[in-house]
Amino acid sequence: MKLFSKLNISWLIITLLGFFAIDSLVYFGIIDPYYEITLVNILINMILAIGLNLIVGYSGQLSLGHAGFMAIGAYATGILTIENQSMGAFLISLVVGSLFAGIVALIVGIPTLRLKGDYLAVATLGFSEIIRILILNMTELTNGAAGLSGIPFFADWQTAFALALICIILVANYTRSSIGRATIAIREDEVAAESVGVNTFYYKLIAFIIGAVTASVAGSIHASYFGVINPSQFTFDKSIDVLIMVVFGGIGSLTGSVVAAVALGILNMYLQPFGALRVIIYSLVLILIMIFKPTGLFGTKEISLAKIFHKNSKPISEGKEG
Amino acid sequence: MKMKKWFFGVMSFSTLFITACSSGRGGEEGNSAEEDEAINIGSMFELTGSASAYGNTQANAVQMAADEINEDGGIDGQEINIEEYDTQSDEAEASSVATRLSTRDNAVAMIGPALTGPMQAAIPNADEAQVPLISPSATDDDVLTDEDGGVHPYAYRTGFTNSFQGGALATFANDDLDASKAVILGDNSSDYATGLTEEFTEAFDGEIVSVENFSEGQNDFNAELTNIEQTDFDVIFVPGYYEEGGPIINQAREMGIDEPILGPDGFGNDVIYDLASEENMDNIYHTSHFVLTSDDPDTQDFVSNYRENFDTDPDMFAGLAYDTVYLVKQAIEETGSTNSADINAGLENIEDFAGITGTFSFDEMHDPIKTVSIIEVQEGEEVGTSEVEPDIE
Amino acid sequence: MEAFIQQLINGLSVGSVYALIALGYTMVYGIIKLINFAHGDIYMIGAFVSYFMFLNLKLNIFVTLALTMFVTAFLGVVIEKVAYKPLRNSPRITALITAIAMSYLLQNIMIYVVGPEARSFPQIVQNKTYTLGNISINQMEIWLLGTSLVLMVLLQLIVQKTKMGKAMRAVSIDAKAAELMGINPNTIISFTFLLGSALAGAGGLLVGMYYNTIDPMMGATPGLKAFVAAVFGGIGVIPGAMVGGLLIGIIEVMISAYGNSMIRDAVVYLILILILLIRPSGLLGKSNKEKV
Repeated sequence: MKLFSKLNISWLIITLLGFFAIDSLVYFGIIDPYYEITLVNILINMILAIGLNLIVGYSGQLSLGHAGFMAIGAYATGILTIENQSMGAFLISLVVGSLFAGIVALIVGIPTLRLKGDYLAVATLGFSEIIRILILNMTELTNGAAGLSGIPFFADWQTAFALALICIILVANYTRSSIGRATIAIREDEVAAESVGVNTFYYKLIAFIIGAVTASVAGSIHASYFGVINPSQFTFDKSIDVLIMVVFGGIGSLTGSVVAAVALGILNMYLQPFGALRVIIYSLVLILIMIFKPTGLFGTKEISLAKIFHKNSKPISEGKEG
Repeated sequence: MKMKKWFFGVMSFSTLFITACSSGRGGEEGNSAEEDEAINIGSMFELTGSASAYGNTQANAVQMAADEINEDGGIDGQEINIEEYDTQSDEAEASSVATRLSTRDNAVAMIGPALTGPMQAAIPNADEAQVPLISPSATDDDVLTDEDGGVHPYAYRTGFTNSFQGGALATFANDDLDASKAVILGDNSSDYATGLTEEFTEAFDGEIVSVENFSEGQNDFNAELTNIEQTDFDVIFVPGYYEEGGPIINQAREMGIDEPILGPDGFGNDVIYDLASEENMDNIYHTSHFVLTSDDPDTQDFVSNYRENFDTDPDMFAGLAYDTVYLVKQAIEETGSTNSADINAGLENIEDFAGITGTFSFDEMHDPIKTVSIIEVQEGEEVGTSEVEPDIE
Repeated sequence: MEAFIQQLINGLSVGSVYALIALGYTMVYGIIKLINFAHGDIYMIGAFVSYFMFLNLKLNIFVTLALTMFVTAFLGVVIEKVAYKPLRNSPRITALITAIAMSYLLQNIMIYVVGPEARSFPQIVQNKTYTLGNISINQMEIWLLGTSLVLMVLLQLIVQKTKMGKAMRAVSIDAKAAELMGINPNTIISFTFLLGSALAGAGGLLVGMYYNTIDPMMGATPGLKAFVAAVFGGIGVIPGAMVGGLLIGIIEVMISAYGNSMIRDAVVYLILILILLIRPSGLLGKSNKEKV
């Protein structure tokens, strides 16, 4: 398959069109600062949801600890960019946060990924709480409960857009690679996958690490865009928020996660004037959607150009879902 | 294939970077209310989420103050319109709401949020839009300070700072209670508690014999109190809110600990008497912004009005938020302008604003210059107040 | 030594609150494999229902208890019928999200309706304190521990000895097969929710009386801890919930007493994870080999 295949070029054009569309809307003031915050929030949530979807949707492991990895990225960026206020430091902090989150995921994953179902869920919840409590107690570095403020603003919507795109490409390619297929096999039937020689543990671990790294990237953007982080932002509730997005969009559908992040972001914007009623409406909507669309908006389906051009593109190269 | 996809990724990434022109966060010259329209004031509080107990009373008080002002003919004939939003006790949401208020709703001033974190997140948006943002209850010392140690030009608060209050309480423990050994019982996941603990520790002349921590949502303090009971001390400092303070007092007194208990302004809600049960509210000292039973007619009006509207007694959070609305009113009246940048200048120069939580002006760091009054409670009754000048710095 | 015993008592009383809630969690989980996140909030509703009954109807404690249990049981069954039943054949995680949404809904409706601030619970029973040397224990602590023990035994009896219990176990193992044997799984599941929610209601009342404070968020932290406790003991196993709840309570208190209270929750989770690594199905859980 060629690099400049019809597919890749089409995706490139679509992405660039999207980018320039947003850019010009910002330029002409149609996207005002308020929409911009909403947009960045959506992009951050998109990265979080995609990463968690890889863990929950593709490898089938319920993780309730996504917020912990997000906290790692956020603090890496907070600490490093306050120390050295430059774009370079921000980029370095992205890498440092990702590496650190990856290593923690490795350390956490090796023992816990052997656990099954709800036991794994509680273990990941526990680890994320442990990370949070450590952050609370390392006051020298993290300023404890008060958190870090005055983090310089290096991330803007363009950064968030670019990073979200990279994360999507990374995860989408991963799920279509041979390792990715093996990972999906684990979700479908772990025992069967094992019996045909798939090292299930190894693939679960890789998915877990990639998920953690993307969460850390989201945390970095969050820290650098909002300028304020503290441990109370990264609680169990945050992990649940991300999980809701994943399930709402469709477990095992990246398109679903992207659409869910956008849809919930827009829903939130429209519900904002309702004040305290908002959360009530939000939970009702969520319950209704779960009841009437239990597999989420997209199930495991993806929107794919390959399907649209299916006459020209061989399914083998793009996968039947690609 | 993987390689190629990667290449595609890098390609698009670099394209984005090359073409990304900085659009930045644009700014205008603040907001103004049209002369024939209502003056929009933003109210952004923690109506839901972990801090909803403090956010709701403040939002209520803000609305009530606005209604009162409108009944009395508004500000120079113009009505006030309160645009109320929920920050969900969340930083990102606070930032979004502040932007919405200042760029969409034409708010000329914003009141809130209750917590330090959301306040910090909202301040850059207020600065950018040149709309003053006044938090009634964000207490952290550095909330209003930017990274270079200067003050954020559009951020204010009407409550005490941690160092001011922690210092006052320590001075009181030193001088009035003659305490030489103190224990501290607080929630180390709350910046309110950690900030107060730090300042108290610094200003207290005696020895801090032990520091016990509990976590958010806990209501059984027997383990910590059993520890405390075994130590030799003169005073317990509880840097927390009435929701924790009440049960702590209750359990401590039931256990037979009868040393004085010292609390911050967070104790300032009468529910604490029920939570601790009245006979246990003995030998308690806490700072306060205002006294419910004060003879001051404005305070009396406020208290009876609040009771009528919300069927419950107001607490100090409500008092602070209520004052903040009148503070904005005074700034508008003194400058004679409804432009948010002018109002900001008015706030900066405000002199001796007489509110129910005390008479104050802002210092150069936009913190109110107030005296701290410490209320003494014996046998379930407030028996006296003493004013303390904290010896900080 | 006296201090240690006192702390042990403190731990038991904290733990019995967790146990009380964990019992309901584990029972529902045992039957339909659903982590019913709204359980902690039903407990909160129980506290508020009894609060308003005490204030407005001024009934005696046992009548209030019975009525509270009735109301929460009814609520639990309605929630099950409306929100969980349609999802019985959906992915388990969908039901989990629905349960979480239900928990948000209950919390925020209460914040909206009664206000978010803490209220003091009326003191119906004079709380006596018994002391022996320097050790003291009060009546409510005994009540709490006693109630959770009695309920555990009662539940265990219902599940193991009654016909209903047999049906519950059958549904838990294979709902389809149970249906073929003439058991109506819907009735059994409703019964489970009825029982679990009634328990939560009773728990709410007792804890309200014990700590003398209630608020709409009161279910969140104990709910999460109880869930952890249930897993700790082996989720789905009734005595496991009891053991898990009490142990977590005791561990928490002992860390506060003899360790560093700043890292208390971290240590609790660390111990939990270690236990799970040694016994992957919790302390009393049976490890089921997955069927091929």
